[in-house]
Amino acid sequence: MIIPIFLSVVICLLNLSCSGNGNKKITIEFWTMGAEAEHVQKLTKEFEKLNPNIIIKVQAIPWTAAHEKLITAYASETTPDIVQMGNTWIPEFVALNSLDSLDDLVAQSKTINIKNYFPGIWQTNTIDGKLYGIPWYVDTRVLFYRTDILKKAGYTSPPQNWSELYDVSKKIKKMYGNQEKYSIFIPTNEWAPFIIFGLQAGASLLKDNNTLGNFSDDKFQTAFKYLIRFYKEKLAPVEMTEVSNIYQAFSTGFFAMYITGPWNVEEFKKRLPANLRNDWMTAPLPAYDGNPYPGKSLAGGASLAMFKSCKHKKEAWKLIEYLSKNSSQVEFYKLSTDLPAVISAWQDSTLKEDKYLKAFYMQLQNVVPTPKVPEWEQIVFAKVQQYAEYAARRKETPEEALKSLDSDVNKILQKRRWILSRK
Amino acid sequence: MKKIFLYIILIAVAIFCLTPFLWMISTSLMATGQSNVFPPRFFPEKITFAQYINLFSRLNVAKYFLNSTIVSVSITLVSLFVNSMAGFAFAKYKFAGQKGLFKLLLSFMIIPAQVTMLPLFLMLKYMGLINTYMAVVIPGIASVFGIFLIRQYLLSVPDSLIEAAKIDGATDFQIYISLVLPLAKPILITLAIFTFMGAWNDFLWPLIAMTNDSMYTLPVALANLMGEHNQDTELMMAGSVVTILPILIVFLALQKYYIKGIMIGGVKE
Amino acid sequence: MNKHRRKISAAYFFLAPAMITIFIFFLLPVLAAFLMSFTDFDIYSLGNISLAQFVGFRNYIEIFRDSLFWIALKNTFYFVIVGGPLSIVVSLGAALLINSKLIKFKGLFRLIYFTPVVTTLVAVSILWRFIYHPRFGILNYVLSLIGIHGVDWLGDPHWAMPAIILMAVWKNFGYNMIIFIAGLQNIPEDLYEAADIEGASAWRQFKDITLPMLAPTTLFVGIITMIGYFQLFAEPYVMTQGGPLNSTLSIVLYMYQEGFRWWNMGYSAALAFILFFIILVVSLIQLRLQRESSV
Repeated sequence: MIIPIFLSVVICLLNLSCSGNGNKKITIEFWTMGAEAEHVQKLTKEFEKLNPNIIIKVQAIPWTAAHEKLITAYASETTPDIVQMGNTWIPEFVALNSLDSLDDLVAQSKTINIKNYFPGIWQTNTIDGKLYGIPWYVDTRVLFYRTDILKKAGYTSPPQNWSELYDVSKKIKKMYGNQEKYSIFIPTNEWAPFIIFGLQAGASLLKDNNTLGNFSDDKFQTAFKYLIRFYKEKLAPVEMTEVSNIYQAFSTGFFAMYITGPWNVEEFKKRLPANLRNDWMTAPLPAYDGNPYPGKSLAGGASLAMFKSCKHKKEAWKLIEYLSKNSSQVEFYKLSTDLPAVISAWQDSTLKEDKYLKAFYMQLQNVVPTPKVPEWEQIVFAKVQQYAEYAARRKETPEEALKSLDSDVNKILQKRRWILSRK
Repeated sequence: MKKIFLYIILIAVAIFCLTPFLWMISTSLMATGQSNVFPPRFFPEKITFAQYINLFSRLNVAKYFLNSTIVSVSITLVSLFVNSMAGFAFAKYKFAGQKGLFKLLLSFMIIPAQVTMLPLFLMLKYMGLINTYMAVVIPGIASVFGIFLIRQYLLSVPDSLIEAAKIDGATDFQIYISLVLPLAKPILITLAIFTFMGAWNDFLWPLIAMTNDSMYTLPVALANLMGEHNQDTELMMAGSVVTILPILIVFLALQKYYIKGIMIGGVKE
Repeated sequence: MNKHRRKISAAYFFLAPAMITIFIFFLLPVLAAFLMSFTDFDIYSLGNISLAQFVGFRNYIEIFRDSLFWIALKNTFYFVIVGGPLSIVVSLGAALLINSKLIKFKGLFRLIYFTPVVTTLVAVSILWRFIYHPRFGILNYVLSLIGIHGVDWLGDPHWAMPAIILMAVWKNFGYNMIIFIAGLQNIPEDLYEAADIEGASAWRQFKDITLPMLAPTTLFVGIITMIGYFQLFAEPYVMTQGGPLNSTLSIVLYMYQEGFRWWNMGYSAALAFILFFIILVVSLIQLRLQRESSV
């Protein structure tokens, strides 16, 4: 046919990537998310200088669409060599049989040593006894709070347990009287607090070899109801778009506490007005009543993983090792303010002197992974958030919401049950 | 009196139509954070092109612009060719099953494109075309609407012109190239604008078919930026201006043809 | 005879490129989607096709039990039933205004009204997201000038869909307006002249001449508007992601999420066919109603 040929010629002429492969250098495609892409390029340039035969092509994927993009890349067989992967996603890509296990490489490595990593974080990268990712940077959620407001409410130190968190919230709300201000911000489009409090209360989240939802059990229900109470008693705002700019809202005292991650340390430093500089702090999460402080939080962050499709494994691994070096980790922190995954990097003065990071260091000793099932992403983003919102807006009672949540989760896990039953 | 009243309504609607755009342009010229004030600012305190510079230097918008242009121009050129041939066949030839085929084609218009997307994605994936310009261009080539538009127009061209050319010994293809295409020029321009705009503004399919950010078209890139920078209103407004401006210019230059196309499509139903 | 045959082969030659692309890239996928809607094709199956199985009508049955589907269906109908007629009324009003003999600068106004139509939906959605901002947006500011306390348009489940409808009408009315103008210009002038002589009021003329004469145009406009409105996607995708409380989740958005976010492609294909079926039925009803009312 004339037309398709004509078309391919036209498009080929226009398409720059059609040009022939002239150079003999090895190109490693490296996908990273959002701002990390920008920062890591400084490190990869350094790496390229040290290894003149390797070119690192860094591509940025926006965080909000990152999971979607990775899955799409898998579906369209356009996966890169190395990827920065949120560590809750690793099980999914392992189930899809698309990641390479790294155990042998680590065993031979002089740079990467398991003892130099936070145990909870390392664990997230291990599926059925095999390692699929090297922690690159870590994150976990802690409590950000306004010291001045808490002080006025009678708290000179942050809340240590659930009762205190509730109590201080009540007191802050009382201080404001009828003003439209709140104690704490728990946005329903963030699943993390709901899962964290559930884990703190001892909930297993899923049951029967992770094939059925277990959100209706007493433990999760206790946690869920505890959080929903904050909306009910107007301690937390339900309408999220009200808080279209959290930094502004935090500085005007629209809310005094917010459970969020390390990326907000720099944002808060940068965006809060100067006079507030000494009026906010971070603290590890309060614990379930009766449990030791601090309470558990999520083992988050990103790992470096290698796709099976990677053609130059040796070179790719070289880059992973390079990025895991103590000095690279410190350097990357300075560039991106992403917290180092390598513990020894925390001894660097830049990290040690930052008063806001102490809470994170403490919290990272007590982090746990979420259930390692491929469907987890869909469960939390599509379902936990949906029913948290339903309960917060009182469309359903917490009991109803959790029951529907379980039934939806069971539906999502249906295929998993089928596949497991075939084995 | 009645006249004044009518003008008041007319102008009010015009304001309703235009204010959003003016506000968009004005906000895009503000420094970061300037637009988040109450009451809203209608004019920048100081005009700055910082957002645009940011878009082109840091966020690679030139590449998306190029992608959009390549995709839209390719679709337009190829589809003009393909659809005008089919329209010509339906208007000026008689063959078995002609009416039935035409009716069948028209009935396809009711099938929402979304139905085809999943298999189309898989199909293009197996052909290795996902993430290439072809993935967006190919499904955009044949358009029932385009065939319909051309057929309607050519029906009004007297057969005698074509017969005369045939007596002169011209082949069918020669007739198509040197007689039909020039005759159909107005409707071809109309169809070209329709196709170009549809391709430029299309969102869902490029979103699915272009999985690699170096292949994004402007709308896809813009929606993506939105995810990352939704706090930066001024930047997003600048992105919107960059996306809208080219299409607006094309439209303003050729609006006569565009509006005529809608009228043909609408009235001779 | 020979000449006749040559003519036919020429016709096929001209038809071939269009027909082949339509067959391969439209018809075939439609059929494939239909088959797919009876399987549990998902992300696992993409890697290993043996993990896909025929499940009969399970997807369809599950959809009917799926509360999100009903929410999406309700939202989509809300958008079509409120937004569609509203857009048509505004279009007709604008067409009548511009077509009025008392008005000058017709071309200019027509152009201005038409501008939103040609602009990119994604860009416009981003723009309107800002217009609807509860504190810094101009809509609430304008409302406050006339003493109305604004709402959190996109954040309130009751207002999010009306907000999307308002934007859709703003964006689309110009298109139908042009079609109506063409329809109005086709109405013979002497009908109005005769009515003037009989002393019929402007309203009577509108009701007894304009509307009936415009009926075919209105039907056409009604059907294309409805088909388009049933496919609501980019506005909620960009502005609300379907929220708050799923109040702007449309069928196509739900289909996209199931299909291309979670890769439940069998389920998603079934959703697409249900949408197709709905559009088909509603179009037929519209045609039937029109036929009956014109008898």
